[in-house]
Amino acid sequence: MEKGNRSRQVLSRIATNDKHGENSPYFHGWNAYERNRFHPTQNPQGVIQMGLAENQLCFDLVEKWIRENPNASICTREGADQFKEIAIFQDYHGIKEFRQVVAKFMEKVRGNRVTFDPDRIVMSGGATGANETFMFCLADPGDAFLVPSPYYPAFDRDLRWRTGVQIIPVDCHSSNGFRLTRAAVEVAYKTAQESNINVKGLILTNPSNPLGTTLDMETLKSLVAFVNEKNIHLVCDEIYSATVFNSPRFISVAEVIQELEHCNRDLIHIIYSLSKDLGFPGFRVGIIYSYNDIVVSCARKMSSFGLVSSQTQHFLTSLLSDEEFVDNFLSKSKKRMAKGHHDFTKGLKQVGISCLKGSNSGLFFWMDLGSLLKEQTFEAELELWRVIVDDVRLNVSPGSSFHGLEPGWFRLCFANMDDQTGEVALERIRTFVLDNGKKGDEGR
Amino acid sequence: MAVLDIEQPNSAPLSTVAISNTHGEDSPFFAGWKAYNENPYDELNNPSGVIQMGLAENQVSFDMVEKYVEEHSEESSWGKGAPGFRENALFQDYHGLKSFRQAMAGFMEEIRGGRAKFDPDKIVITAGATAANELLTFILADPGDALLIPTPYYPGFDRDLSWRTGVNIIPIHCDSKSNFQVTPEAMEAAYKKAESMNTKVKGILITNPSNPLGATIQRSVMEQILDFAIRKNIHLVSDEIYSGSTFSSTEFISIAEILEARKYREAERVHIVYSLSKDLGLPGFRVGTIYSYNDRVVTTARRMSSFTLISSQTQHLLACMLSNKEFTQNYITTNRERLQKRYEMIINGLRSARIECLKGNAGLFCWMNLSPLLEENTKEGELALWDIILNEVRLNISPGSSCHCSEPGWFRVCFANMSEQTLEVALRRIHDFVEERKKGKLN
Repeated sequence: MEKGNRSRQVLSRIATNDKHGENSPYFHGWNAYERNRFHPTQNPQGVIQMGLAENQLCFDLVEKWIRENPNASICTREGADQFKEIAIFQDYHGIKEFRQVVAKFMEKVRGNRVTFDPDRIVMSGGATGANETFMFCLADPGDAFLVPSPYYPAFDRDLRWRTGVQIIPVDCHSSNGFRLTRAAVEVAYKTAQESNINVKGLILTNPSNPLGTTLDMETLKSLVAFVNEKNIHLVCDEIYSATVFNSPRFISVAEVIQELEHCNRDLIHIIYSLSKDLGFPGFRVGIIYSYNDIVVSCARKMSSFGLVSSQTQHFLTSLLSDEEFVDNFLSKSKKRMAKGHHDFTKGLKQVGISCLKGSNSGLFFWMDLGSLLKEQTFEAELELWRVIVDDVRLNVSPGSSFHGLEPGWFRLCFANMDDQTGEVALERIRTFVLDNGKKGDEGR
Repeated sequence: MAVLDIEQPNSAPLSTVAISNTHGEDSPFFAGWKAYNENPYDELNNPSGVIQMGLAENQVSFDMVEKYVEEHSEESSWGKGAPGFRENALFQDYHGLKSFRQAMAGFMEEIRGGRAKFDPDKIVITAGATAANELLTFILADPGDALLIPTPYYPGFDRDLSWRTGVNIIPIHCDSKSNFQVTPEAMEAAYKKAESMNTKVKGILITNPSNPLGATIQRSVMEQILDFAIRKNIHLVSDEIYSGSTFSSTEFISIAEILEARKYREAERVHIVYSLSKDLGLPGFRVGTIYSYNDRVVTTARRMSSFTLISSQTQHLLACMLSNKEFTQNYITTNRERLQKRYEMIINGLRSARIECLKGNAGLFCWMNLSPLLEENTKEGELALWDIILNEVRLNISPGSSCHCSEPGWFRVCFANMSEQTLEVALRRIHDFVEERKKGKLN
């Protein structure tokens, strides 16, 4: 409660609610990591960060490219003649060549099975900005978007905080591998309707965070059909599209609508970013792609609030127009992710811990520790999580933070560490599981 | 106010925000840009094209920035062999690089001649002042509330402060009688207007130095504005984006100095917006900052900045550049001198055409009085004159009405975004136009 103190300034409702999401208990894990960071030689007993979905597997390739291409930077002797032109370029259309290389990159990631129009590419302040911008364009305060759960925790902030839009989760269950079904979407939609909530659309994260799985063609088609029938929007967050390292191959919504004769393309929108696939979260490169002209125009105007630095646009234009580099990067990145994923999941299986079957993508895996819970509740999950953070010294993400329905699942990131650290992390989990397995209830 | 002006196709409806025109791009301010884009002046290739005088850009001091970059290429990029790349590419912490915040705090202090101190931990980073202003509005006001803004004001405020926030702008009318300076009467009148509309006023937002006036706010007026904010218990946002573009080192009085003199009493209601787009001429880099004396605002703004962070690559470059005192001292001094020279050039040129401007001492533009040339002393008269200047004289200048000026006939004319030669061509054209106009009416 605000004190009656006159000097205490009144702030807005948005400023004083907690939709920023930072009052969650999960910060305990972050704090534990910050206080005691693992280092292989200097602090081998420290906390290993497994809660951050970062791709650190291929920096060596980028660093090599930078050394060989000094004119990509406007700060080098070779590139400085472009400094002025780049520094004054603030046109919210973005540098044309930048949009062209991004479009080409997105096409490559989809095996060149689709084409993207550079004029439909709009910038945003990371995918964070892109998600929010879509809500501003597609929904009014009080409207709702359907979001399959478990979902990325920050959606609570990105989709809702300043927009006033609601999230209606679409339940997915371990009994069918957390696969999203049209039936589940229909149930969520109907329930919302009955509560007089105006549903404006469905957001899919494909590949999924936190599941690390991709949607199949049949499901995607049925979801596109669903949104067409209800005349609501479909926003596909494809931020992990180039992290698919195993079959089944990635199927983008762009591919789906190519195959459908009767699809209202004005309903279809894609979110992209270079934070995960390339490992550049610091550069804040969010991409909005819409098949709806009015949305493109509106989002472009809104991008004034979150443009990509022209210096960064310029650098990335150079980097991504090097086809040889891009092909090599995508191929090596896939291989290294596949190896990391395989090593972890195999090592865990050996101690009786299973990860979600069929996971083929993402920078993390979805691990089932249900057998270690004292009871099948979220309180028990949180308790187990604290033990993992404080005693095992791994900052992992508990399933409850992803709004899942079933306790006992955890998301562990593996692509943000080298092999050596990965081995240490794996060993710690295996030891913990073996020490505690006997205490748990019967396995599932 | 949102106005529905797009016909919805037979498709899922978009949001009210999406179909409104509060983005403001239908105003003449932007229409002039179109005319320029279609027929841009070029000294050699298109000497009769439209000269862009509607863009407040600083292009007079680039050589110094370029020189810095050339001489410090390794430290301002990722280093020889790119050892700094990985850490920089991964850095997405919304606190922003500490070195960058420290450099910005130091730079802001230097601009104010050391007369105010800035704490790097109170600096929040945003992608441009555009984002900073919107973000502060989200924090300080609810939809339907109002901010009071002195007119004339930067046309982009209609979008930045109102569009997605749902907050209203209520103008504080200023006119030539007081040299367009804010008066207590004008502030009270605006506040009463809000009350009569049952609208809660949450803050007053000033731009100092002013856009479009090109003049700093006098100390006594700043004190009155702060006192007004205290009396009404509202916030005060001071957009000081042009603070490094004052022609003298002493005429700009920042709100920070006033607070310091008052020993920071009532500082919690004050917030400062800054950016490098104008003073350093780097609009493409999207470098904005919010400085607040209110810890809760700092914390909330920092969380919100997730939607609009500055590229870590750019933060790094500027951290290096702005922490180099040799560079910053030389830049600030030289930039002031060059802007003053440009200002004198345009003022004298206009004077010889018998056109007067408001006495200015800052910014990248001057506030020109063409009211003697109006056919009728109305907004329509002003727009008619503007249309002729755009299409026949081929100069894109900004009509005062697009800045919500209540007195017709004033125009903002930018002078720092072109070469001296181009400015001379523009002055010649104005001179010829005024002569023609006086001899006989143009059709």
